[in-house]
Amino acid sequence: MKAYLTKRYWFSASHRLHSESMTDRENQAVYGKCNNPHGHGHNYALEVTVAGPVDPKTGMVCNLADLDDFVNSKILERFGHENLNTLQEFQGVVPTTENLCIELYNILERGFRHAQIEKVRMEETMLNSFEYTGGRPVRT
Amino acid sequence: MVYLTRKAEFSASHFYHNPELSAEENKRLFGKCNNPNGHGHNYTVEITVKGEVDQRSGFVVDLKELKDLMNREVIEVLDHRFLNKEIAEFRDRIPTTENLAISVWNRLQEKLNLAQLHRVRVYETPDLFVDYYGEA
Repeated sequence: MKAYLTKRYWFSASHRLHSESMTDRENQAVYGKCNNPHGHGHNYALEVTVAGPVDPKTGMVCNLADLDDFVNSKILERFGHENLNTLQEFQGVVPTTENLCIELYNILERGFRHAQIEKVRMEETMLNSFEYTGGRPVRT
Repeated sequence: MVYLTRKAEFSASHFYHNPELSAEENKRLFGKCNNPNGHGHNYTVEITVKGEVDQRSGFVVDLKELKDLMNREVIEVLDHRFLNKEIAEFRDRIPTTENLAISVWNRLQEKLNLAQLHRVRVYETPDLFVDYYGEA
């Protein structure tokens, strides 16, 4: 029987929204306060959903310890308390939460071998959230 | 088609153990959750049903009937129980959140004729939940 397991994680990071393909004036108009050259930060909530059959031996889609280890070492330790603009992943890519969501989905999709990655959902603040499923429709 | 979701809460204890595995293997697989004395959670269940809006009532489902059904079939059965010892299906099935979601689905699916069951979501903690859509 196929089930979907979701775990929420938290990390804090700073960023500045600024696109090299726009003038300073355009950047200011598009990004407003988020274009502040000194950057600003958020407490991001990261929700990872994995999908698969429930293993009769363990009763699990995948062992949470494996998911926790992967997310801790490949995501939280790398992105937590960093300025996203300084990271290799965001050279030439504006670190919006859309792009962050896609990047984290791709890291999980490429590296996590214990279950299928169904979705990454991120909350930038309590008032906005983003979901990415690698191009498949988001399941309600 | 409109989707309607109703929440309910119950508290229960459980532990994870597969009798076909050695004590060491159980410990390795399940860690702290393998403590045979059990530990507990405050679970939240979200039941989503779907259907067309009835023209006369304006409802997809009568919420009172859905609430009563959830209370009778799920909450009164599971609340303040030791799942491994007191719930028949968990004598030989590990009461993980995955299996709980499937169990809640089966309990409601059999009795629900008010609307079509769409999703069962079970939160073990606010940061960990499982969705089941009745998929084989």
